[in-house]
Amino acid sequence: MQIDWLQFTPWSALLGGALIGLASGLLALLTGKIAGISGILGGLLNAQSDMQWRAAFLLGLILTPLFWMAFKTPADIQITANTPTLIIAGLLVGLGTRYGNGCTSGHGICGLSRFSIRSLAAVASFMNAGFITVLLTHHLF
Amino acid sequence: MQTIVALLTGVIFSLGLIISGMVNPAKVIGFLNLAGQWDPSLALVMAGGIATATPLFMWAKRRQKTLLTHEKMALPTSTIIDRPLIGGSLLFGIGWGLAGICPGPGLVAMAMGESKAFIFVIAMLSGMFVFRLLPK
Repeated sequence: MQIDWLQFTPWSALLGGALIGLASGLLALLTGKIAGISGILGGLLNAQSDMQWRAAFLLGLILTPLFWMAFKTPADIQITANTPTLIIAGLLVGLGTRYGNGCTSGHGICGLSRFSIRSLAAVASFMNAGFITVLLTHHLF
Repeated sequence: MQTIVALLTGVIFSLGLIISGMVNPAKVIGFLNLAGQWDPSLALVMAGGIATATPLFMWAKRRQKTLLTHEKMALPTSTIIDRPLIGGSLLFGIGWGLAGICPGPGLVAMAMGESKAFIFVIAMLSGMFVFRLLPK
């Protein structure tokens, strides 16, 4: 393993992570809701009763980039996957997060922060699946 | 009140994704690529997130009612590790590794006008819709 010192951004990663954790913790403490993006989206698609807070959270999530781009330079976004790969990846992410009941935010941040053994198992599963997938796609094929 | 808190926490969450660089799939792949030039940033995003969220969740767990909306505090309590949890998470991890995109950053990148993220999000929503049709 070689650390990529040119790409490694420890301070912005910590700061950004702290903001994500702050948002998740506040939502849970103040309203009892879990800031899991796949769960929020899935709940909206299911037309569950508590639609309003879900829609509001997503609105905040989606409007912020628009304001960001109005005042700051656009964030660096590089997507190397081609269209078929993006479609397969999207389907797997959508299906998998609903079966597994959460993603990087719901299990990763919220779940681990409340010491959930279920979320720990989920995080170990998707992290390792991600490591192996990148190993296969970047080094073997 | 719940709606306002959700909107504001959505904004903070989104800022976190942008500032942390996690909105860039190349950075996520850089973390998952253990055998190549490894970018540990994502680990620090998780560490920073868990460090700030943990005290708030511990406070939340001790309370009977939510602090602002005064409803019954009903955070998840299940400890069952079953096949859907593991199988679903493995499928998610494969998709995550293929494109470097998970749900939150996918939405934010799409809002930044990234057409490839738009394709990903449409496929992701389709996957979630398929889930509704499949037997549980």
